[in-house]
Amino acid sequence: MNHQEILKKLPYGKDFLFVDELLDVNENGVVGRYTYKENLYFYDSHFKNSPVTPAVILTETLAQIGLVCLGLYLLKDDLDMQKASLAMTSSSIDFLKPVYPGDKVKVISEKIYFRFNKLSCRVKMEDETGNIICKGTISGMLISNLNEQ
Amino acid sequence: MSKEEIIAELKTIIKPYSEETLALENIDENTDFITDLKINSANLVDIVLDIEEKFKIEIDNDSMAKMLTVKATVEVIESKLQTNVGE
Repeated sequence: MNHQEILKKLPYGKDFLFVDELLDVNENGVVGRYTYKENLYFYDSHFKNSPVTPAVILTETLAQIGLVCLGLYLLKDDLDMQKASLAMTSSSIDFLKPVYPGDKVKVISEKIYFRFNKLSCRVKMEDETGNIICKGTISGMLISNLNEQ
Repeated sequence: MSKEEIIAELKTIIKPYSEETLALENIDENTDFITDLKINSANLVDIVLDIEEKFKIEIDNDSMAKMLTVKATVEVIESKLQTNVGE
């Protein structure tokens, strides 16, 4: 599956998509990029008169690139998004540097394990000069039938 | 390894993943991971990975799907341990 095919399979609408491009995807990990556009809706409120990217959005970005894009690649064509749902099941992230409107970031993710539909990854986000913005581990699950737990 | 020994090991493995202290304290063959111990599917995967490490066995998808109660889990562990001995 090539990078474009993975991006096309992402289940997010345009207001909650935090992946611009993938630079590398393989069995063991993924590298991708995203730029936080200055007009993103949450900057008006977080914070009033002092826009900073919320940590939950940074976590979401780590998950979308590091976990979901890698998961889609690992599942190859086995996944029917109509019959499956994705869930983040745990995250532990340290935040080292703030991210401002317009900042470009790179997410690097390394697979820890992918077993029984659960993917666990060591993830980090870097700024354009390679400084670490945040890092940690994230896990998520593919739930194959929407009617079941 | 006896059934009781396996259950005792299981109790130690499961402890970090369940808040149901009473159910965990009284764990027996009939204990159900989801209804009694309130363990979700993501933590069930972690428990199975911990079981693999602890008992030095490999659990396949079909076995994993069965492991919803202590009884079924003990049976899977016993049969995998048996296979290991045969090798």
